[in-house]
Amino acid sequence: MLHAAFLRSNVAHARIRSIDAAAARAHPGVVAVFTAADLGSQWAPGPLLVPPPPIAGAVFNQHTQVPLAKDKVRYVGEPIAVVLAHSRYIAEDALADIAFEYDPLPAVVDLESAIEDASARVHDEVRGNIAAHVRQSRGNYTAARGRAAHVIARRFLYDHGASSPIETRGMVAHWDARANHLTMWDTTQAPVFLRNGLAAMLGLSERQVRVIAPFVGGGFGPKIMLFYPEEVVVPWAAMKLGRPVKWIEDRLEHFFATTHERGQIHDAEMALSPDGKILGIKDVFLHDTGAYNPYGLTVPINSQCTLLGPYVVPNYDSTFTAVFTNKPIVTPYRGAGRQHGVFVIERLLDVAARGLNVDRAEIRRRNFIPADAFPYNNEIIYQDFTALTYDSGNYEPILDKALTMIGYREFLDKEQPRLRARGRHVGIGVACYVEGTGIGPYEGAKVQVQANGKVSVATGIGTQGQGHFTSFAQIAADQLGVEVSNVDVVTGDTDQFYWGAGTFASRGAVVTGNAVNEAAKVVRRKILKLAAEHFECAEDDLEIGAGAVSVLGVPGKAVTLGELALKANPMRGAVRPGTEPGLESTQYFGPPSGATAAGVHAMIVEVDPQTFTLEVLKYVVVHDCGTVINPLILSGQIHGGVAQGIGNAFYEQLVFDDEGQLLNASLADYLLPSALEVPRMEIAHTVTVSPLNPLGIKGAGEAGAIPVGPLFAQALEDALGLAEQKVELNEIPLSPNRLFALTTKPR
Amino acid sequence: MKPAPFKYVAARTLEQALALKAEHGDEARFLAGGQSLVPTMNFRLTQPAILIDINFLTQCAGTRNSGPGHLRIGALTRYGELERDREIARKLPLVHEALPHIAHPQIRNRGTIGGNLAHADPASEMPAIVVALTGRMRTQSKRGERWVAAPDFFTGALSTALKSDEMLTEVEMPVSAPSSGSCFMEVARRRGDFALIGVACTVRLDDNGCCKEARIGLCNAGETPVFAADASNSLVGRPVGIREIDQAGELVQGAIDPGGNIHASKDFQRHLARVLTKRALATANRRAQREH
Amino acid sequence: MSTDSHDVAVTVNGTLYRRSVESRVLLSDFLRHDLLLAGTHVGCEHGVCGACTVVFDGVAVRSCLMFAAQADGHAITTVEGLAPDPDHLHPLQEAMRDCHGLQCGYCTPGVLMTMKTFLDETPAPDEGQIREALSGNLCRCTGYQNIVDAVMLAAERLRGRSP
Repeated sequence: MLHAAFLRSNVAHARIRSIDAAAARAHPGVVAVFTAADLGSQWAPGPLLVPPPPIAGAVFNQHTQVPLAKDKVRYVGEPIAVVLAHSRYIAEDALADIAFEYDPLPAVVDLESAIEDASARVHDEVRGNIAAHVRQSRGNYTAARGRAAHVIARRFLYDHGASSPIETRGMVAHWDARANHLTMWDTTQAPVFLRNGLAAMLGLSERQVRVIAPFVGGGFGPKIMLFYPEEVVVPWAAMKLGRPVKWIEDRLEHFFATTHERGQIHDAEMALSPDGKILGIKDVFLHDTGAYNPYGLTVPINSQCTLLGPYVVPNYDSTFTAVFTNKPIVTPYRGAGRQHGVFVIERLLDVAARGLNVDRAEIRRRNFIPADAFPYNNEIIYQDFTALTYDSGNYEPILDKALTMIGYREFLDKEQPRLRARGRHVGIGVACYVEGTGIGPYEGAKVQVQANGKVSVATGIGTQGQGHFTSFAQIAADQLGVEVSNVDVVTGDTDQFYWGAGTFASRGAVVTGNAVNEAAKVVRRKILKLAAEHFECAEDDLEIGAGAVSVLGVPGKAVTLGELALKANPMRGAVRPGTEPGLESTQYFGPPSGATAAGVHAMIVEVDPQTFTLEVLKYVVVHDCGTVINPLILSGQIHGGVAQGIGNAFYEQLVFDDEGQLLNASLADYLLPSALEVPRMEIAHTVTVSPLNPLGIKGAGEAGAIPVGPLFAQALEDALGLAEQKVELNEIPLSPNRLFALTTKPR
Repeated sequence: MKPAPFKYVAARTLEQALALKAEHGDEARFLAGGQSLVPTMNFRLTQPAILIDINFLTQCAGTRNSGPGHLRIGALTRYGELERDREIARKLPLVHEALPHIAHPQIRNRGTIGGNLAHADPASEMPAIVVALTGRMRTQSKRGERWVAAPDFFTGALSTALKSDEMLTEVEMPVSAPSSGSCFMEVARRRGDFALIGVACTVRLDDNGCCKEARIGLCNAGETPVFAADASNSLVGRPVGIREIDQAGELVQGAIDPGGNIHASKDFQRHLARVLTKRALATANRRAQREH
Repeated sequence: MSTDSHDVAVTVNGTLYRRSVESRVLLSDFLRHDLLLAGTHVGCEHGVCGACTVVFDGVAVRSCLMFAAQADGHAITTVEGLAPDPDHLHPLQEAMRDCHGLQCGYCTPGVLMTMKTFLDETPAPDEGQIREALSGNLCRCTGYQNIVDAVMLAAERLRGRSP
C-alpha cells in the first residue's frame, strides 16, 4: 500500500508559474509525484452535485473544484500535487522538495468588495465574483410596507464554521487489475453517488466499482460533498500505479481541504401591524460560497426559505447573491444555511417586540401559522425543487411546553428581578424554528428473512453515528414480530445495496426508515401467505410474533420464520411464475416533498458583566419531529446539535485575514465546546405526524443546531440589559471579546 | 501531521544529557513532557535534528525545601504530581490554584514544570507566577551551573536566557509567608485554554492589617510575564481597600503591553487586566485577613 | 536530516511486544499500525481532542504527543485492554451503551481511558467533577450529557461491586 500526501497552496490566489517535482520524485521512499499535467484527459472539474432549483430569473455561474490545480490556485489549501510514498511520514517529507512558483494575485476575501466590478476575480470570467443571484418572492412586499404601522430594518452578520468531526476524512483505493475492479473505502456520507461518479470519471461501469463507507466518525454534512480533489486523485493514482493507495486527512488539512459553512450578510426589514403581526419581510443578502460552487444553491436557498420559520409571512421578497471568494468551498454543515435565515427573523421579531412593548414569546405566538392551516404553502422554491410546503405543524403547544419547562413567566416576574437585585446578570431567551427534513429523491431497503430466522436489512445510505443499526432494526422488527437484536443492518456498502442518495438533510430516518418499513411490510405479507399455505388456513387466522407465525387459538401450532424462509427457497419442487424465492423484498420510498419539523429552544444564562464570560444555567428543547422511533437516539441527536449550535453561537469562528490566510487552523484556536461549555439539557417532544409517509415521521438531525445563535443573542441582551444601553447583538458568533467591543463602542 | 526525521537518544544521566546538548547546541532539543514541543514538531514548526529524552533523569524531579523560606521544584516534576502534592497546596498556594487552569489532566500527567517554563509562552500561567513570586531558575550545563532570577529568565515570546548548551533543572520559589494570602485568576475561552489575561498576586499584611508586601504578576500581558511593580508597590503601607485596589488596577495598565490576538483585542486585554487585578487583590487580601 | 531506529520492549494490555521503531514514529501510529491495535483513534495530532488517550504507567496521556521510542520499558493500556474478557464489558463500557453515551464512537476510546483513570482516583464524583475530567476529550456527536450520565452510572455500579 502506498500513502498519499498532498502539496497544498499556501497562498489564497495566484497564477501558477511552475511546479517542479523532480527532487520530490528522487526522495528515497517516494514512488510517484503527480500534478495536473499528469492527469491528462482525466483532469476535469468535478460534476455539479446539485443543479439550481427551477427558479425564474436565477443566475448561476457554475465553477466546480478541480482534482489538482492547473493555471491558478484559488484558496489556501487547494491541492497542487500528490506524493505517493511508502509511508505518510516520508510522503510529508517529500512535499518540502516540490518547488511551487507562482505570481500572487489579490485575494478576494471581503464579500462587499468582492461584488464590485473592479474586484479581483476568483474565476477570470466572472465579474463581481457573482456565483449566483436569486430572487424569490411571495405576495407584494412593497404594498405591505406601505400600509404597515411599523417597519424595522437591520443588518445581520451570521457566520457558521467547520463541522470538525473528531474523525477527519480518509480513503483507501484498491484497483484489482485481474478482476478489473475498484474498491474504495471512503468516509463519505453518499457511497452510492460516489460509486456512480467514480465509475463515470474513471471510465468504468458501475458494477466495476464498490464503495464502502465503514463506521464513520461523524459526518455533519461536509462528508457528503463529493468528488473532493482527493477522492478523484487517490483512485486514479491507485489504478495508474497498480497499488492500493491510502490517504488519511490530518487535522491541519481538514481546516482547508474539507468544506465549511461560512458567512452571510443580511440587510433585512420587517413590516408589522400595530399589534405586531408580520405583514411582510424583505431580505437582501450576500452569501460566501468559497472558491467553487459544486453544491449549487442549497445553502443560501435554505437560508432564504427557512427564514420564514413557523410564521405567517404573507409578503416576502428575498434576494441573495452568492459570492466566490478565495477561501475553501462552502457546502452544507448541520443546518445547511437554515440558521442564517432563522437568526434574521428571530432577531427582527425581538427588535419588533421591544419596539412595540410586546413580550418576546407573545409576538412569536401571534405570528404562528395556525394549526388548521396545514398543509401550508409558502410558495417559494425549496432545496427539494418544489414549492416550500409545510406538511403539518402545531406550533403553539411546542412554545407552551418550552415556556413551562424553562419557567418563563416565573423567571421574568420573580427570579430575574430577585437575582438582579443581588447584582447578578441573568437573562432568558426563547427561539423558534422549523426544519425542512426528509426530502427525496428516494432511498431503498432490502429486507430478508434468513434460514436461521434472523432478519437482514440493507440500505444504500451510510452511517456516521445516527444509530441506524438500531432504528432501522426497530422498524423491521415491528413489522416482522422479531426481537430488535435479531435484525442486522448493513449500511454504506454499494455491493450490498445498489441504489440510494445518502445521509444528509435530516432524511435518514424518514426516507430510509420508510423504505425499510415498506420492504418489511411486503416481507410480512409473503410470510403470512406462505404460512397460510403451510397451515392450510386463512391469513386472518394467523398472528406473527416472537419470531414465528402461529395459528390463533391453537397453541403449539406455529412455524418459525427461519423454517418458512427455508420453505420459500426449495431445493426441489417449483417456484411458481410471478413469485420470488425466499422471504425478501426490496422497496423504495420517495417522498414528494420534505416534511417540516419544528421546535423551540429556551435558555437561562448568566453573564459576568465585567469579563463577559457566561454560564448557561438552564437549557430546554421542545422538538416536534412527528412519530418518534427511538427516543434515546433522538435526544442524542438533539444534544449533539445543540452542542454544535453553542459552538457556533459563542466559540467557533474561522478567522481569515485580508490575504485569505486562515489564522486559527488548529483545535487550540478553533474552539470546539468541551463538557464544561455545553450544559445539561432538558428535552421534550410534541408529536404532529407527517402525512407524507406511512410512519408519520419527520427528521431531526439538524434541529439542535439551528436556533442557538438567536437564542444566545436574545438571552445575552436580556442578561446584560443591553436594551437600556441601546446595544443590539445582531451578529454571530458572539464572544466575550465581541461583547466587550459592542458595549464599549463610543456612541 | 508527522514530524520531520530526527535522531533520538534517551539520556541516562544528567551528565550525558548535558554533554549531548553541548555537542549539538541548537540542533538538539530536550524532550521532557513533550506537551508543548511535540505539537510544534507535528506541525513541522520545529524540526530538531536530535531529541534528547530526559525523562529518565528522576533526580531532576521532586520537591525539596531550601531553607525555611523556599521550596525547590525539580524541572522534570510533572504538573499532575504537583496537583496532588499537599505540600505545594500549603506552601505554594498560587501554584496550586493555577494548576487546574493549565491545559487538561492528560496534558498535566506528562507536562513538566521545567518544560512549561522553558517553553516561555507569554500566555502561560506558570511563568507569571514564578515572576510574581520572584522565583529563580537553576540552569546547568557541562560548564557548570547558575541561578537566573525569574524576570531575567524570560527574555521574549518563546525565548529564555538559556544558552544553547544549558538545561533548566530546578525552579525555586519563596513559600507562602505568614499573614499572607494569594490568588490566581484568569479569563480563558474554555477551561484549560491559554489565558486571555491571567493575574497572580500575593498580599502580605503587617500587624496593623495593612499591606506589608504585595506582588502582582500577569500572563499574556506582554512578550514576557509582567511584574506590575508600580501597582504592587502602591499598596505597601496602606490597607487593601476598594480605593487602593482600584488604583492598583489602574497602575497595572502602565506595566502591561498586551499584543491582542484573535480571541481578545488589546483593549479587552487591558480591561481584563484591570478587572482581574482588582478581583485577585480583593481575594488575596481576604485570604490574608483569615491568616492574620 | 537523518534518523535512527530504536528497540522498544513495551507491555500493552498485559502483552510484551518487542519492536524496532524509527525515532519519529508517534506512539499513536505505533499502537495502530505496528501493533494493529486500532482502537486508539487519531483526531488531531496536536494534543487537543483527546481521542488518542491511552493509559501509560497508570496515568492518562495523549499518545499523539509521545514517540514510540519513549515507550520502551513501560506499560500501556489501550481500549482493547479495558474489557475483562471477550464475553464481558468493563462497567464503563456497559454504562456508555446503556446511556447511549456514544454515537459515532470515534472519541469514545479516549473518553473511556480518561474516565477509567478518573474513576480509579475519584470513585464517587459529582457532575461538575466529571465534566472537568472530561474537558480534555472533545466530542462532536453527543453534547456530552449522556457520557456524563454513563460515568455516573458506571461509578455507582463500580462502588456497588467493590467489597
